[in-house]
Amino acid sequence: MKKLFKKVISAAVAASMAFALSACGGSSGAASAPSQAPDGGTDSGAATAEAEGSPAPAASGATIKIGGSGPLTGPAAVYGNAVKAAAELAVEEVNAKGGLQFELRFEDDAHDAEKAVTAYGVLKDWGMQASLATVTSAPGAAVSQMYQDDSIFAISPSGSSLAVIYADPDNSANPYGNVFQMCFTDPNQGIASADYLAAHTDIGSKIAIIYKNDDNYSTGIYTKFKSEADAKGLEVVYEGTFDDSNAQDFSVQLGKAQSAGADIVYLPIYYDPASLILTQANQMGYKPVFFGVDGMDGILTLEGFDTSLAEGVYLLTPFSADASDDLTKNFVENYKARMNGEIPNQFAADAYDCIYSLHQAAEAAGVTADMSSADICEALKGQFTSMTFNGLTGQNVTWSESGEVSKSPKAVIIKDGAYVGVED
Amino acid sequence: MAKSIFSSLFQNAQKRNRTVSFLIVIIAYAVLESMMRSGNLSSLFTSLLVPMTCYIVAAIGLNLNVGISGELNLGQAGFMSVGAFTGVSISGLLANTVPNDTVRLIIAIISGIVAAAIFGLIIGVPVLKLQGDYLAIVTLAFGQILKSIITNIYFGFDSAGLHFSFVENKTSLLPGGKMLMNGPMGATGTNKISNFTTGVILILLSLIVVYNLMDSKSGRAIMAARDNRIAAESTGIPILSTKMLSFLVSACLGGAAGALYGLNYSTLVPAKFDFNTSILILVYVVLGGLGNMTGTIIATIVLVLLPEFLRSMQDYRMLIYAIVLILIMILTNNEDLKVRMSRFSLKSILMRKKG
Repeated sequence: MKKLFKKVISAAVAASMAFALSACGGSSGAASAPSQAPDGGTDSGAATAEAEGSPAPAASGATIKIGGSGPLTGPAAVYGNAVKAAAELAVEEVNAKGGLQFELRFEDDAHDAEKAVTAYGVLKDWGMQASLATVTSAPGAAVSQMYQDDSIFAISPSGSSLAVIYADPDNSANPYGNVFQMCFTDPNQGIASADYLAAHTDIGSKIAIIYKNDDNYSTGIYTKFKSEADAKGLEVVYEGTFDDSNAQDFSVQLGKAQSAGADIVYLPIYYDPASLILTQANQMGYKPVFFGVDGMDGILTLEGFDTSLAEGVYLLTPFSADASDDLTKNFVENYKARMNGEIPNQFAADAYDCIYSLHQAAEAAGVTADMSSADICEALKGQFTSMTFNGLTGQNVTWSESGEVSKSPKAVIIKDGAYVGVED
Repeated sequence: MAKSIFSSLFQNAQKRNRTVSFLIVIIAYAVLESMMRSGNLSSLFTSLLVPMTCYIVAAIGLNLNVGISGELNLGQAGFMSVGAFTGVSISGLLANTVPNDTVRLIIAIISGIVAAAIFGLIIGVPVLKLQGDYLAIVTLAFGQILKSIITNIYFGFDSAGLHFSFVENKTSLLPGGKMLMNGPMGATGTNKISNFTTGVILILLSLIVVYNLMDSKSGRAIMAARDNRIAAESTGIPILSTKMLSFLVSACLGGAAGALYGLNYSTLVPAKFDFNTSILILVYVVLGGLGNMTGTIIATIVLVLLPEFLRSMQDYRMLIYAIVLILIMILTNNEDLKVRMSRFSLKSILMRKKG
């Protein structure tokens, strides 16, 4: 009897824990909703408000429902949360202007194709009329076909793989037509990097590459960089790889790059491993020019990283948080206020631009909330292939019929702990 | 006559359990399929149906291995991975020669089963010489090895034939070619040919295979080897080949589930079938009850649906999922609770009235 009592107690405690957590989950969502919503209209809490059963108040009565999914949990959560926060911020801002009203619902897909497909189901049941597709590439490739089948317009902030916009990515053929990208495709980054290095041989001529071979993004850039580098006659003296399980120690790769005499180390990887590479190269006394791509953005804000090590690092990126234009300044300020001082990365900037470009296109096409998603899709497709957009991540941005974005990556160099544009 | 067949289906606890497992699957299928055809099933549920059937098949297979044969296998996702990538590749290769989707799906599933069986055989010989914890660790390692291998395979075809390379991508396809397995990017642009009906048929087939195996001479030998290895050996049961049989059938079901899973999505990455997926399937098995196929089916359905019902919890979703999982585990294993619950069962109420 005593044993049973214990078991009942333990079950009751666990149940009350679950209840308490669920209660605080709800209330924290509600508390965050009104913060920094100057208009008090449809705000960041669109999704939370929906979940709690209270309809989101809309200034003009009807809102266009924008869906989207990304990793809010799991190892890639930092990207999903950045996109979610920036998209919510952008939705608040466009709604505050009056005119066309947006409502955002952002679901978790845990960077998994299976979850992304179920998240898509949730959004479709909710009645989404346009979408931010997915944050990451592999889930994006899984849902693009569904966006096409259901004729829902989608623009992915950061799903950079070709498979996100092409049904036949190996030949860049059969574009879905209604799935667009806000970021560069991976191959374009590789090509742009190789072209830049070919045009600026003063930086160095012997190139070593260290890339992550279990990562879509990294191998995608590497493959194109390699073929473009070969075509341009660049000399690649060493290629090193690493994967998730050995992303801590790079002394072997760096040692080989050094003994091969490389004076440029090309790093098509994210900033986390890149920071370790910079640190370990410094410890070895190896001082080549490091050349990164947009994933390197964020290295200056990494906690516990000595930013002096990043001096002289080149990177190609569409966005830098230190730019001095008003748009970037406002965005960075509002984003920091929202995210406890966190500096926005390029994922956030791309998401912010996605919402603004959707808004611009929807207003220009005269889209209204009572239109069907298929009509909205046709209208937005027409706008996106013909309009030019000015945003955080580029000026005079245009899109091709297949959904690929055309904007010029900016080469920046890190000087005195800040990104400085490089004169071409 | 009809009545005697009917009553024989419910004759004893074991038969009742088996009949119930078939009934659950068939009734659930009839209801869901008719809802789907009449358009009454939400997009969310429709998208969950096929992965659910895949996990059920993989879990039934694993339950044969863990519950009936008593070997803790932590590598079921590895077999799913082999089945999935084989199935997707075969389906991609045959896209033009076999235009019929159903025929191609069946060929893909069969090739997934065969590939998983081959790997099962290669792995099984060294693995099954081990017992208990050692076996668990080796199967775990095997799952990791398979994931690493598949992450490094580059395999494609074009008009000139097949191209294959390992570790470094040296394949360069002619225009019009297609990569079937593209290293860490896995398979992209797959034709989605899986459907719910095939999934349900697979569940029914796997139930028939597992139940018949349990009833057969080999099945009794498997259970004897589980209960007392030394005693079984002394009566002349060949332990290794007996255990190998259940290991292989388990691997085959994993392969079939993987092929069906892979062909349900237009993209598939090798990282999907990692250690976590193996553990997830093991959770379905343990929650459903070792050796209890009906329980496994129900547990899988509940645990696939649970995170979707918790979506409204926002940030706390996965935390609550974990807590609910702990609660279910505690409650379903509570003997006192089971006794209390059994008082409310139909049988005991009838007995009480009689008394």
